[in-house]
Amino acid sequence: MPSADLSQRNIVGIHAETVSNVTSTDFPGHYPGEDHTWNLANFKRNLRIKFYRNEPLHAEFDVVHIDASVANAFRRIMMAEVPTFAIEKVYMLENTSVIQDEVLSHRLGLVPIKANQDTLKRMKWYSKKPLPDGSIPSATTDDTIVFGIDVVCERKPNAPKPTATSTPHPDDLYVNHSVFAKDITYSPVGDQEESFDGNPPHAASPDILLAKLRPGQVISAQLHAVKGVGKDHAKFSPVAPASYRLLPTIEILEPIRSKAAERFKKCFPSGVVEVINDEAVVVNPRNDTVSREVLRHEEFKDKVRLGRVRDHFMYSVESSGQFDSDDIFLQSIAVLRSKCNVLKSHVETMLQLEEEKREREEGVVEDAEDVDKMDVDE
Amino acid sequence: MSFGDEFLDNLLPPQEEEGKLRVRVLPGEEPGSASFQIDDEDHTLGNALRYMIMKNPHVEFCGYSIPHPSESVMNIRIQIYPEYEEETRPVDALMKGLDDLRDLCDVVEEKFVAARDSFNEEQGV
Repeated sequence: MPSADLSQRNIVGIHAETVSNVTSTDFPGHYPGEDHTWNLANFKRNLRIKFYRNEPLHAEFDVVHIDASVANAFRRIMMAEVPTFAIEKVYMLENTSVIQDEVLSHRLGLVPIKANQDTLKRMKWYSKKPLPDGSIPSATTDDTIVFGIDVVCERKPNAPKPTATSTPHPDDLYVNHSVFAKDITYSPVGDQEESFDGNPPHAASPDILLAKLRPGQVISAQLHAVKGVGKDHAKFSPVAPASYRLLPTIEILEPIRSKAAERFKKCFPSGVVEVINDEAVVVNPRNDTVSREVLRHEEFKDKVRLGRVRDHFMYSVESSGQFDSDDIFLQSIAVLRSKCNVLKSHVETMLQLEEEKREREEGVVEDAEDVDKMDVDE
Repeated sequence: MSFGDEFLDNLLPPQEEEGKLRVRVLPGEEPGSASFQIDDEDHTLGNALRYMIMKNPHVEFCGYSIPHPSESVMNIRIQIYPEYEEETRPVDALMKGLDDLRDLCDVVEEKFVAARDSFNEEQGV
């Protein structure tokens, strides 16, 4: 039941066992005498975005006065539809490690690939579609990044011998006994060296362990990375993860003082509630986890009202390394906009085709009428 | 705009069947109501578009569904109030919804870039 109280309208109620006032109601015709028609100027005036953290691998920001459906679209696009490069094909030349070919290939695929971000965005999609003659299109410099991995494990000369009490560390015994993501080396093709402009492709995190080797074992492969999206395979997802939560609200309805205030404070994560002048005060509701612990205490049950602001989204975007985290959000906006543009053109084409069909049919009918007339004339 | 046109061509995956129309009108269309079937879209666009279309005062009802999870199609139903049937067809509401959503993206981008730049400046980045 939507509350008549305006200040409570965009608050989702949080109760001991239930939630209330969950769905958006900002639609035309919902409230008598109120206009909720889409209005770009109003949206622009009300929308508020504030950053709390902006690091290449982690951004936190608030987007306020936006509907959950749109906020969720951005989140879903960040996870599943912002394109990145990942290793898609592994041409295994030699693999005598204990890791099977397919498992090693899978591990290679999951390594985030970083490079000049503009060049990656400009590169094309590798087309898997067979050509008219049935052959599979070959990779080009525009759509494929070629890597190699060649690691041979060998015994170190003059390695210490194991004794009865201790075994030497593999580092002292062998060369290349661990294969890391940094062993993936880029081989430039065509004009790629130029286009990557001093920032060639490499593993975003150099220390990902891919396999372990022992003397005599070899891993040698050629790797092809192509553009893809997270909904096809999670390895293409640029975030780990992108999420949001709604801003919690804690409303103290009756003053809570002295010892009760200390007990009240303990119901929340540290920093959320402080006791100031012997009275409990909500200092930072952002940090609340909305555990509802306070509602389990008989003494506070009727003195506090918990809620969440329905249109206040606290985003947290963690990049897996391919792009800067703030740029991933910008790309998600661009993807949504492109989806709209593309779909609009499809709808327009559909209308045009319908129109043409109707004209053709009418033309046929007119022709038929002409024939009838001729019959009459005769 | 921070996301230049030069990148847009390579932002969305290519369509599997080139030139195929991704939108169809489902059977049962009437002057004030229609259901559209859209290929290769899911809840991401479905729910956002449903919200934008519901913001149109001529629209009496708008809802979307994914008929089956293994088929990548999204159905969207639009009904217009009888008194507006003359001036707004369901397909007009659909196109307005797409336009409005695109405008929203522009505003969010603009505000996001402004907020980020001022934050970076404060932090001395």
